[in-house]
Amino acid sequence: MDQRSKYLRKLIVQALEGGGRGHIGASMSLVEILRVLYDSYLRYQPANANWAERDRFILSKGHGCLALYAILADKDFFPKEYLRTFCKPASLLGGHPERGKVPGIEASTGALGHGLSMGVGMALAAKIREQIYRVVVVVGDGEINEGSVWEAALSAAKHKLSNLTVFVDYNKLQSYGPNHEVLNLEPLADKWCSFGFEVEEVDGHDINALEKLTKRLPLNNQKPTLVICHTIKGKGFPFAEGKAEWHHKSGLKPEDIAAMYECLS
Amino acid sequence: MRKTSLECIYELAKRDDRVVFIGSDLGPGVLDLMKKEMPGRFFMEGVSEQHIVGMAAGMAMEGFIPFVNTIATFLTRRCYEQVALDLCLQDLPVRLIANGGGAVYAPLGPTHLAVEDIAILRALPNMTIVAPCDAEEMKRFMIKTLGWHHPIYIRLAKGGDAVVSKEQNGFEIGKAIVLREPGQGLFISTGIMTQLALKATEQLNVEGFSCGVLHMHTIKPLDNNSLLYWFPKVKGVVTVEEHTRIGGLGSAVLEFCNDEMPEQAAKISRIGIPDKFADQYGSQNSLLGHWGITVDSLCVAMRKQL
Repeated sequence: MDQRSKYLRKLIVQALEGGGRGHIGASMSLVEILRVLYDSYLRYQPANANWAERDRFILSKGHGCLALYAILADKDFFPKEYLRTFCKPASLLGGHPERGKVPGIEASTGALGHGLSMGVGMALAAKIREQIYRVVVVVGDGEINEGSVWEAALSAAKHKLSNLTVFVDYNKLQSYGPNHEVLNLEPLADKWCSFGFEVEEVDGHDINALEKLTKRLPLNNQKPTLVICHTIKGKGFPFAEGKAEWHHKSGLKPEDIAAMYECLS
Repeated sequence: MRKTSLECIYELAKRDDRVVFIGSDLGPGVLDLMKKEMPGRFFMEGVSEQHIVGMAAGMAMEGFIPFVNTIATFLTRRCYEQVALDLCLQDLPVRLIANGGGAVYAPLGPTHLAVEDIAILRALPNMTIVAPCDAEEMKRFMIKTLGWHHPIYIRLAKGGDAVVSKEQNGFEIGKAIVLREPGQGLFISTGIMTQLALKATEQLNVEGFSCGVLHMHTIKPLDNNSLLYWFPKVKGVVTVEEHTRIGGLGSAVLEFCNDEMPEQAAKISRIGIPDKFADQYGSQNSLLGHWGITVDSLCVAMRKQL
């Protein structure tokens, strides 16, 4: 793991320290996906968060918001000091992201299975008005248990939304346990292909591979794109990696925080 | 009323390019003219109510005014979370055109009856709920939707309903209309129950009970001022709705009285659907009769209050 990925994780730990809680595993698996999107793909203006031509990014798995807050703070959408206010009564930064509160948050998410439909609406709007912005939605693997995701997928394909790219944070672990035990998603790529998406798989922690892939978007100018990102839940903290109990933690103790910083030193 | 509302969408779409139509899986030919003339703003997205509400939210975020249309119960129960979070939490100007509010689909049974739609939507912050009483009022209302910046739930009746609204009354969202000035008694009604209330006043007036009708087309936001004005002037109030007695218009009126003029609350009697699933089919009128929502029952309730 390079210094930038460690740095972004340290920002997340600052928020965890401030809030004493958070979706740790679900945020850590996302860091490299968001890093590459915000470092080298998405078009945006932090000082003008509602710039009309910005690309629209929706974190549909809203519980992974710590990773999004970290990258938005890093890009100066808001001061980094805000991170330590995570989940405090008057904070802008809640346990799920809210549109209108946090600069750079396009849609309020948290209840699963909502973001892709809103993304389809945005992508369709761009198409109708011949606008150039692109729409990116990140969904979780547990999230795609929701039937509404598949309703949205049918619609995205119907409208040939090539300006829409969906990333699946496929860390293979949901709240209760492994996906394949809770509700098996495989064959996942085949499912999305059959729903009309152009599908590609990538190591979701491999910066070079993610960058190369984003340079090729859209993968098909007649279809929406779906990227299955193979990730590790809790990535960066060996004691948490691949462990369902680290999906979310509350009552974090100073020694937990210290252990996380230690891994990033 | 349904036909009129759809025609209005077409007219609104012609004058305002923010207007788009999203249906689920409606009958063939719906809004054919709009589809033909504005194909980029007509969408028929399939039996996927959760998705179409979310999609409408996404379009509204981009400056469109989406009108979403399907059967009332599927536009409320099925996608309640999308309505709550995608529309209301984010306070977006999406219009939900709900076919068959109340007992319209009586022959189709309880799966198709929207009898608690007002209750569940009224609980959502930022939601506006409107139930016009006839097609002419629908026209006057629809034009106002372009300037309203919040989600609106539009409850449609069966269609072919008698026209009782009057052009000179105009239409303002959130402002109740006095269709008949009260004397001793006041019916507060919404949707096509206003027709029933007007008929009841005719009968009661013959008997010597002078009664009026306050047509509460907008159930949320409730026209508090009209309640504050009329309550002290009358002896009895009967609320009438084609909706469960739990959580609808009658509840809204009671809640307001309890908060603002508790001494008036005893004047209120509520007529609505009993707290049980429909156990008969038949027609809208037969089911309403079975539930005790008739001109006669309105009269009985009012006589008791007076």
